[in-house]
Amino acid sequence: MTWIVRNLWLIPALPIFAAGISALLKRNQQRLSATLAIGSMSASLVLALIAFAEALSQPARQVYNFHWLQFGNNWLSLGWLLDPLAAVMLVMVTFVGLLIFIYSTGYMAHDDNAGRFFCFLSLFAGAMLGVVIANSLLLLFMCWEVVGLTSYLLIGFWYHRPAAAAAAKKAFITTRIGDLGLLIGMVWLYGQSGTLLFYANGTGCLEQNALASMAAHTAGGFAVITAIGLLIFCGAVGKSGQVPLHVWLPDAMEGPTPVSALIHAATMVAAGVYLIARVYPLMSGHALAVVAWVGAVTALFAACIAVAQNDIKRILAYSTVSQLGYMMLGLGVGGVAVGMFHLITHAFFKALLFLGAGSVIHGCTEEQDIRNMGGLRRFMPVTFATYSAGMLALCGFPLFAGFWSKDEILHSAHGWSVSLGPFYLGAIGALLTAFYMTRQMYYVFFGPHRLPQATVSAAETASHAIPAHEIEPVVSAGRDGEACEVSHAHESPANMTVPLSILAIFAVFLGFVGTPAWPWFQSFLEGQHTSLDFARFSEAGLLPLMIWSSLIVFAGLGLGWFLYGRKPIENATDPDALERVAPPVFRALGNRLYVDEFYGATFIRLTRFASAFSAWLDHWIWGGAVRLVSWIVTGVGWFDFSLDRFVVNGGFDLGCRELSFGGRLFARLQNGRVQNYLRVIALALVVLGILLLWGRRG
Amino acid sequence: MNPLAGCLIVSALLFAIGLAGALTRRSAILVVAGIELMLNAANLNFIAFWRFGPNPEALTGFMFVIFAIAVAAAEAAVGLALIVAIYRHAHTSDVSEITEMKG
Amino acid sequence: MTLPFLILALLTLAGGIASMTLRRLVHCALALTVAFAGLAALYLNLGAEFAGLAQLLVYVGAIAILIVFVILLTRGGDTEGEPAFSPASLGGAIIALAVFAVLAWAVETSSIAHPISIPSAPPNTMQQIGLTLMQRYVLPLEVIALMLTAAMIGAAIIAVRERRNEAAAAVDAPGTEMRVG
Repeated sequence: MTWIVRNLWLIPALPIFAAGISALLKRNQQRLSATLAIGSMSASLVLALIAFAEALSQPARQVYNFHWLQFGNNWLSLGWLLDPLAAVMLVMVTFVGLLIFIYSTGYMAHDDNAGRFFCFLSLFAGAMLGVVIANSLLLLFMCWEVVGLTSYLLIGFWYHRPAAAAAAKKAFITTRIGDLGLLIGMVWLYGQSGTLLFYANGTGCLEQNALASMAAHTAGGFAVITAIGLLIFCGAVGKSGQVPLHVWLPDAMEGPTPVSALIHAATMVAAGVYLIARVYPLMSGHALAVVAWVGAVTALFAACIAVAQNDIKRILAYSTVSQLGYMMLGLGVGGVAVGMFHLITHAFFKALLFLGAGSVIHGCTEEQDIRNMGGLRRFMPVTFATYSAGMLALCGFPLFAGFWSKDEILHSAHGWSVSLGPFYLGAIGALLTAFYMTRQMYYVFFGPHRLPQATVSAAETASHAIPAHEIEPVVSAGRDGEACEVSHAHESPANMTVPLSILAIFAVFLGFVGTPAWPWFQSFLEGQHTSLDFARFSEAGLLPLMIWSSLIVFAGLGLGWFLYGRKPIENATDPDALERVAPPVFRALGNRLYVDEFYGATFIRLTRFASAFSAWLDHWIWGGAVRLVSWIVTGVGWFDFSLDRFVVNGGFDLGCRELSFGGRLFARLQNGRVQNYLRVIALALVVLGILLLWGRRG
Repeated sequence: MNPLAGCLIVSALLFAIGLAGALTRRSAILVVAGIELMLNAANLNFIAFWRFGPNPEALTGFMFVIFAIAVAAAEAAVGLALIVAIYRHAHTSDVSEITEMKG
Repeated sequence: MTLPFLILALLTLAGGIASMTLRRLVHCALALTVAFAGLAALYLNLGAEFAGLAQLLVYVGAIAILIVFVILLTRGGDTEGEPAFSPASLGGAIIALAVFAVLAWAVETSSIAHPISIPSAPPNTMQQIGLTLMQRYVLPLEVIALMLTAAMIGAAIIAVRERRNEAAAAVDAPGTEMRVG
């Protein structure tokens, strides 16, 4: 066992350690907190690269397990592993995380609570890395929960804003619902296989023995293995924002933009996909079918809603939901490599897009409504260039990163033996993706600049109460902003644009590690070597599919240009082009297809009723029981008191009084009069005489 | 009534009279006098029993009376001296007024 | 129950009653003397000459006079206006009556008080009395002598102390303790 595998735990431990120290720092020691975060993340990146090198040279899985908790004769074991899948995730998380940390130093420069921000970010990074390297479902779950916690903390970072606090709560509770399924699945898995370690010399729950036994048992018509797989998928549904638990992700945009980039684009939401990839041996064909369909539906559903959104981050959020659907679809129809490839590329270009959006927001003095932006390519050229790269990658423009990864998915969906439905859903979704991204580009970067000059002085610090941020159409005064030195939009500082540039490079070129000609990524994950071979392009309908997907992308881009690009958008209050064409559809899509309202009318109302009932129960029944007990005790106490006062004391006092009365009575005999004494003696003599005589007579 | 019983009745009567006086009169001197009468009644009793009893030669009753007279004399002397002393202290020889030793 | 006995008994009883009921103390003392004398006569009647004469000598000659002296010393004559009987004296009288009743009852119901035969009068000689005193009752005799000595000393102490402290007692507050020297 090499040094790096033995000390793999350092990779998550360093950021957690940095978070711990940050938690103890004072409020004004922001720079130290940021330094700790970036320093620990850099160290973790170096270690991750070493681990990656190790995985390159030694593709076989290496595992390190240790005993953790003993109960009776059994041990609960935890451990970590290093295999190609973990290695790529490690590098991706640390690298993207480091770039976003550096970006945050610029973005949060004027926030008083930046120290807390970096503490939470470090904690998140450490927990996410823990999820990646965990060899035990229990350890994974623990880190999973910490990830959810830090997500909550970071979404609600500006906790004094009611919208942010509500969004954080919504995120936590929605993912919790998914986590319940994960927990049940975990417990069931433990019951079936006796261990929660993934790989442990043949005894792990993902290894042959356990899998065989679970496939053999059935429960209620399902094979146990399918049921467990579906339950674990519930956790992924919650965390990765699949329909129906997607509702938290758009609201999570209340958090600062680096948070949105790191957590809700690149890493945390990918944790669900990673989980399914990790427990892939557990997913039977039926379970994978469910995964594929859920992913496909999510992809299309979210893409439709994204078409009608007006907040720059919301569009990206729905886009993330949609892309996560694609990843799940990829996992379901094509396998671990297909889904993971899209995850890796998506991490880069989605983080790029979010950071770019953050740059736009920062430059437009906290404006987030795209109808109030416009023509920013003149003011923010670097941002425009990098954002364009990310947008093209997301759409799947040929030769960009997203093209290769999305194409793999569509290729696998096309070849899926069960059904072609997911393929068609995915194709329509790709069209819509190109369409809404083009719409967003035209609104933000092209046309006349529509930013009202009066919204400049939003110089409120984050610690003051700020009006709730709403999606549309009201303009918000976002977070703190120093009053911008210039009264119009401007480019962001270097510590924000440099990460953008780096990410843009990856967004363009990363896809080449997974082209069909040189499927290095897929082979690496499977532990094999591969070579450059252009002949693979002519396999099994691959080239026609690539042409078809390119045409879909062009169609989407063209549609977007047709509606939004031909005529520049003059005013912020102009109706949307789509709205002119089909108002009811546009309105429904703009209202997010009323999913939140549906939940509010059903589950939320049920929960409110249950909580009111519980409160009533608590107050009247349990509280009543407690009050009853207290009354009884008080009554007994009062009864004891009266008993003591009247009976005991009274009796005692009465006895004493009688005694003293008797004593006084007897004391009267001793009145000092001698003649009385004599009389008594004489009386006694009489009595004695009578007694003796009577006795003698009788 | 035989002579013995008659003597005994007389002595009982005398005893009762002495007791009555001791119990009822105010003056301490008369209390002492009453006590003397009681002693005398007892003496009479002894003499009667000596005279009419079974064994007069032993002089048992007679001796007792002699000693009793001596004791009574001593006692009367001491008692009356006490009365004199109390009179000097309390300026009264009224029995019902000397009540300091009460409790 | 011969006539002399009755008369003497009545005399004694009358003297007793008189001494216990008369108002003036000197009259009481004199009646007491009569009672003593009557008793002495009764002793003589019963054949106890020594006892009777001793009675006369001691009681009449000494105790009665002593009582008179004490009456004089304690100014018994000054208490004319005050009631003669102490409070609740009726109870005392009743008790005395009860005592007599018990004693009479005892006498009447006992068999010893009603002997079958009455022995004749014994020949008592002074010699017999003297011998008995010196032989059988010599110890009580000595004790009597001690007792009489003690009584005499005691009475003298009480009386003499008082006389010496009379002047001091008259000046001091009435509450001075008597010290026995």
